[in-house]
Amino acid sequence: MRKTMTGLLAGVGLMLACGTAAQAQELTIFWAEWDPANYLQELVNEYEAESGVKVTVETTPWADFQTKAFTEFNAKGSAYDMVVGDSQWIGAASEAGHYVDLTDFFNKHKLNEVMAPATVKYYAEYPANSGKYWSIPAEGDAVGWAYRKDWFEDPKEMEAFKAKYGYDLAPPKTWAEMRDIAEFFHRPDEKRYGIAIYTDNSYDGLVMGVENAIFSYGGELGDYQNYKVDGIINSEKNVKALEMYRELYGFTPPGWAKTFFVENNQAITENLAAMSMNYFAFFPALVNEASNPNAKVTGFFANPAGPGGDQFAALGGQGISIVSYSENQEEAMKFLEWFIKDETQKRWAELGGYTASAKVLESPEFQNATPYNKAFYETMFKVKDFWATPEYAELLIQMNQRIYPFVTAGVGTAKEALDALAKDWNTTFKKYGRQ
Amino acid sequence: MATVVMTSLDAKSRAASRGMSDISIRNLFIIPTILFLIVFNIFPLIYSLGYSFTDFRASSNAPAKFVGLRNYRELLNDIFIWSNFAITAKYVIVSVTGQVIVGFGTAMLLNRDIPLKGLLTTLLLLPMMLSMAVVGLFWKLLYDPSFGIINYTLGLGSFEWLSNPDMALYAVAITDIWMWSPFVMLLSLAGLSAVPKHLYEAAAIDRAGPFYTFFRITLPLVAPILMIAIIFRTMEAFKTFDLAYILTSQPTTEVISIRLYKMAFQEWQTGRSCALAYIVLIMVLAITNIYVKYLNKVKER
Repeated sequence: MRKTMTGLLAGVGLMLACGTAAQAQELTIFWAEWDPANYLQELVNEYEAESGVKVTVETTPWADFQTKAFTEFNAKGSAYDMVVGDSQWIGAASEAGHYVDLTDFFNKHKLNEVMAPATVKYYAEYPANSGKYWSIPAEGDAVGWAYRKDWFEDPKEMEAFKAKYGYDLAPPKTWAEMRDIAEFFHRPDEKRYGIAIYTDNSYDGLVMGVENAIFSYGGELGDYQNYKVDGIINSEKNVKALEMYRELYGFTPPGWAKTFFVENNQAITENLAAMSMNYFAFFPALVNEASNPNAKVTGFFANPAGPGGDQFAALGGQGISIVSYSENQEEAMKFLEWFIKDETQKRWAELGGYTASAKVLESPEFQNATPYNKAFYETMFKVKDFWATPEYAELLIQMNQRIYPFVTAGVGTAKEALDALAKDWNTTFKKYGRQ
Repeated sequence: MATVVMTSLDAKSRAASRGMSDISIRNLFIIPTILFLIVFNIFPLIYSLGYSFTDFRASSNAPAKFVGLRNYRELLNDIFIWSNFAITAKYVIVSVTGQVIVGFGTAMLLNRDIPLKGLLTTLLLLPMMLSMAVVGLFWKLLYDPSFGIINYTLGLGSFEWLSNPDMALYAVAITDIWMWSPFVMLLSLAGLSAVPKHLYEAAAIDRAGPFYTFFRITLPLVAPILMIAIIFRTMEAFKTFDLAYILTSQPTTEVISIRLYKMAFQEWQTGRSCALAYIVLIMVLAITNIYVKYLNKVKER
């Protein structure tokens, strides 16, 4: 009897031990549902072939991404080992202890030198300039523009444009030129419209869209070091930028008041608009003839400069972080070591992912790989981002509440909207003891 | 003889002969149900009441700090929140009034001998059987200014329903009316069919006109059941979330449930959102109470 019991216990022990070992051979990465997540799954399949560790990229629609991720974090759930979280989450997630501190890992591999500076600053480091890192830049992204080359290069259109505006019709170099071109092509009677911009106010669509104008007009959202916003978010430059965005909204297709990346790609694929704003990560669909009948005549350009010559763009993209509640942190760390290797980053770019590796980005091979990679490369070195403080969601909602009525319905003035926003943000920062 | 047999059995056997005993029913069904309600309804309700007096944020690991009535005070002084309540009130009035007019009107038309009455009634009930998300997406396409069938049919060109801040709330209400008028119609039909025929016959003998018959016979007798429909629809309309959320993201359609959702799950202001949920709960209870009092008065007449 004693022998039977000992045998049984040994069996159970062995089974449990094997079970733990088997679990460690699987990792789950959580991300939003979009093409880069599919490219990442392809990439990690190669990791599985190499290491035997199965990595699954689990996705959810963008609209649910933040809610689902934070619900899991708040419950201290171990469903995800890693998350490719939005850049503005980093303050909330690190201060609440949801992310593993990757500072040692970052410094050991000198990722400060390996990755493009903007990606380190916005995807990985929190607080700003603290030298503390919580993510590895994974998917670089920024806002760029697609345009209809066939419309722009039509000799009749070129002649008519020059006659009206006094200069050649070409991809705009400034926001003023972009406004002229949008006005020129805006022909509701022909069901052709000038421009497609972000307007969705349910998350960060509209805010990112407006940021492109604000940053290029030389404006800022505030002083990220001391949380000062008075005279910054409601500066004259920002007022002008917001007025320009409102003016551009007048040249969008009808019903363009709740649009984001899907609709902005449709503006090109369905012959709706001459120019369309979108994150670079959505451009692969525009060069694919299966998803864009106008693929051969679609061109791309970087966010134009403002009146003072400043040229910046709103940052998209994400870093990859290890979730504190993961039971496979060691295995996840090994995965990250593989992920940051030069050859992996190169392969990541080949698959369609936007590497943040400066070396890969600078290579002619990368820049010539697609019609928009060069514009992406140029943009990634001049990007700026939204607040990454833990209360970013409140700041985002307040900005949406203040600027949306002005942009889409012309309610009040740009100055009134931004003055009110400055007041809201001051109240919020005071509430959390940041001022 | 049968009585003698029954009384000769012990209590256990008697219970067994009836099927399940009262004690078994209590143990198997009632106690688990009560426990389930306590665990999943009452306990969270009390727990969230506690949170409503704290500055708790579910997204942070910091413990909840007691702040007294601060959340309630700040919410009741927040102009945005009052604007959300005003939008909700406007929506409830437009939507419920529309549903009562369309639903009751349709019931009046169906409450007569018409061919294919049964089939027609079933077809009219279809909208309320659809999922809210499907209805939202479906109507979004119908309202589309470029290819939506509504503008095409009405010859409105590229009129903007959902992008127009002045029109968006009405567009959501129209969708809600389309979806839930059948519910009012169904209850009204039940009420109308219960009106005694002899009252109409007596009215006809007295040469009463249609308006007199409607206001003196039909409406008073259907009123109690119509009030029940109004109570249900008011409570539902007050809680509206999905339709407004799917159809449009206009600030003019941000009803209180959407604000509550954003506060709780996007901003993670857990304590504050619990307080707002309680304010909404108190308001719904107050409105329902007024309705119920009125319903009782109608019944007494």
